[in-house]
Amino acid sequence: MAIILKEVDAVCIGVGFTGSILARELTKAGLKVVGLERGANRSTREDFALPSVRDDLKYAVRQELFQDTQLETVSLRHTPGETALPIRRLGSFLPGVGVGGAGAHWNGVTWRLLPTDHNLRTHLENRYGKSAIAAEMTIEDFPVSYDELEPYYDRFEKLLGISGKAGNLRGQKIDGGNVFEGPRQNEYPNKPLAMSMAGSIMEKAARELGYHPFRAPAANMSSPYTNPEGVTLGACEYCGHCERFGCEANAKSSPQSCILPVLLADDRFELRTHAYVKELVYDRQGKKVKAVRYVDTRSGEEYEQPAGLVILGAYVFNNALLMMQAGIGEQYDPVTAKGALGRNYCYQVSGNNVTVFFEDKIINPFMAAGASFGMNIDEFNGDNFDHAGLGFFGGAWISAGTSNGRPIQTRPVPPGTPRWGREWKKATAKWYNHAFNIGASGCNYAHRENYLDLDPTYRDALGRPLVRMTYNFHDNDYKLAEYIGGVLGRISRAMNPSAMSSPAVRRGNYNVVPYQSTHNTGGTITGADPKTSVVNRYLQAWEADNLFVMGASVFPQNASYNPTGLVGALAYYAAEAITTRYIKSPGPLVHA
Amino acid sequence: MVDETIPRRDFLKGAMVGTAALAASNAAPTAAQTPAPGTPSADAEPLLTLTATEHAFIVAAVDAIIPADELSPSGSDCGVATFIDRQLAGAYGMGARLYRQGPFPKAKPELGYQLALNPREFFRAGIEQANAWTRKTYGKDFDRLSEQDREAALKAMEDGKAPFAGFSSRTFFDALLQITMEGFFADPIYGGNRDMAAWKMVGYPGLPATYREEITKYFGKKYDKPPRSIADFS
Repeated sequence: MAIILKEVDAVCIGVGFTGSILARELTKAGLKVVGLERGANRSTREDFALPSVRDDLKYAVRQELFQDTQLETVSLRHTPGETALPIRRLGSFLPGVGVGGAGAHWNGVTWRLLPTDHNLRTHLENRYGKSAIAAEMTIEDFPVSYDELEPYYDRFEKLLGISGKAGNLRGQKIDGGNVFEGPRQNEYPNKPLAMSMAGSIMEKAARELGYHPFRAPAANMSSPYTNPEGVTLGACEYCGHCERFGCEANAKSSPQSCILPVLLADDRFELRTHAYVKELVYDRQGKKVKAVRYVDTRSGEEYEQPAGLVILGAYVFNNALLMMQAGIGEQYDPVTAKGALGRNYCYQVSGNNVTVFFEDKIINPFMAAGASFGMNIDEFNGDNFDHAGLGFFGGAWISAGTSNGRPIQTRPVPPGTPRWGREWKKATAKWYNHAFNIGASGCNYAHRENYLDLDPTYRDALGRPLVRMTYNFHDNDYKLAEYIGGVLGRISRAMNPSAMSSPAVRRGNYNVVPYQSTHNTGGTITGADPKTSVVNRYLQAWEADNLFVMGASVFPQNASYNPTGLVGALAYYAAEAITTRYIKSPGPLVHA
Repeated sequence: MVDETIPRRDFLKGAMVGTAALAASNAAPTAAQTPAPGTPSADAEPLLTLTATEHAFIVAAVDAIIPADELSPSGSDCGVATFIDRQLAGAYGMGARLYRQGPFPKAKPELGYQLALNPREFFRAGIEQANAWTRKTYGKDFDRLSEQDREAALKAMEDGKAPFAGFSSRTFFDALLQITMEGFFADPIYGGNRDMAAWKMVGYPGLPATYREEITKYFGKKYDKPPRSIADFS
């Protein structure tokens, strides 16, 4: 039997970026908030200290900071007719665990979506006609437009201290920034990072081809920065240990470096670590989540924490799992297309790349920052180019740069080089410091057969079913990848390298082994219609008005961009609706 | 030439039955002067989990994958066999961060590793299969083959052409290659990459990797500082 605790105003499930932001906003509004984190506490001083924080084997290869699949994973099948098998070892994506969540070990690329990514379906129907969108492509509009969300993007960028350069300041296009971005009210809070050799080569080639190269917005501090919370971040050391690592210098924006210092100092907030949330206690009649049940993994004791407000800020899969288990909404069925829970699971069409080699240029790949430390172009992203007659929609942001030179995983050799032996050694020694990658992160638009539900066979350590992912790439993805592969070829040839690989393009079944991106989205999507979405525009569950769902699980489809910027903006947008409206008058904020 | 030496495992096996002196004296003249590939260096570390047979295989394999040349000493001289022994004896080998609930049906490769074996057990099974195959094909265990035959045997496994019972020889080779590269390039604190030989080979400076000034100063220029390990700061 669970021990019933005294009711609190609000519970945040997960203490990563969204949990910390919501907890901060709610405590500022006077609420008593409990943060439940399944993992341990992690602090910069204790856990990310030099020299051990540079341990490539421990962090990057043995995956120290990621979700432990011994306890919990997801299963995968490619089509609804197959039997799913568990992803036994993380590879393709790397969810976090512990205080800070994946926000502690990300690279730091922080985009705003393009305005046309926000109203995707309406935009494409208007430009290409309704019939141009295949019936299987179940894309939707975000219910919140770019213009509505702009102030919240701005707020999140200021919390993080994003380094970058505006390309569209209040409608004025600025060369050197991303001229395709939506209008910004303000410049980035921090200037762009230093230039890398790879970035300078990309810049020259892109300009020759008539493109508009720019630096990716980076949560790596080009200079020390004090955010509106009064927390000061240090300057980036270009150590090349961002992704998969914590930052000893508090120079990478994370919950630890941006917000936890003020949140943890606030008496209205209580952090409970090792609190592994097992289930939501759902009152179907009253349409409320009454309490959250969790296991204290230090004792095995089970607790029930009643709360007036429940913020679901776990990763994509656990958000879906907790709602599916409690039956908050109807499970999506790919045959009847009924039900919204689990619908529109999307990923990223990544893994499209070319490696370029330059005998006469020194790249120093080990001097790098995480967030695409180089140069990017957006000419082939979203609907920035005409798709008439192409047979697919969407595109990719294209980037050339270096994020690290850690040699267990980063040691490019020209095509045709053996993987081992004398020739491999010669090539590795020769090219290690003379090569870099041009990569493209492609949109992944929703497909009728891609969705999440509960696995009938495999279970997690708490005895719950694993989330089952039915997912594969489809026609739109393959065509997009081929097209982008051609663009990558053009760019790399324009660099005039000594050698280059032929463009690798995403083909074949989705493969869980090679890392692609931790940009899993959907399953509890936001929308205007409760029949096809799980949460409304304020991220409030249609079927439980005191439940607000954070994170990329609310995306109706995935843009080509990394999701964190939008995740943060939506968190602030939802927090404002809760603190200014919901607290005063609890109930549905949108009437279906 | 290789056949004339006594591999380490024979010493060890011999020692167990009290005949080490006899075995050693038979082979002493050549063994002492011309250590064959696969013979552990004098400062070999004690084994934590690998058997003598397994260790001989691993030494021979990592020396074929990373042969000694002007760029670096051999894989085993860089401590890669020690690294593998320690990794397989520790959390990784015992299946840390590996979901191990069944059932374990045969699966397409895109679903990743789907066996019930932990890495320690997987390497045990893989080495057994590899030796069984080279005995059938070449008449000897892998570590007793000539350098040329070892390369050919590894290539056959890499191409999945060595028939193994159970998993493919390619799956085994890929795991062997992966852990070998980990050992060669990881920080020396794990037993491999001795004297930071791999880092010196490619020009990776290791720690502390604080390049705030250097990022501009060394733009397009070689950063020629000698590498440093976690151990140098501990």
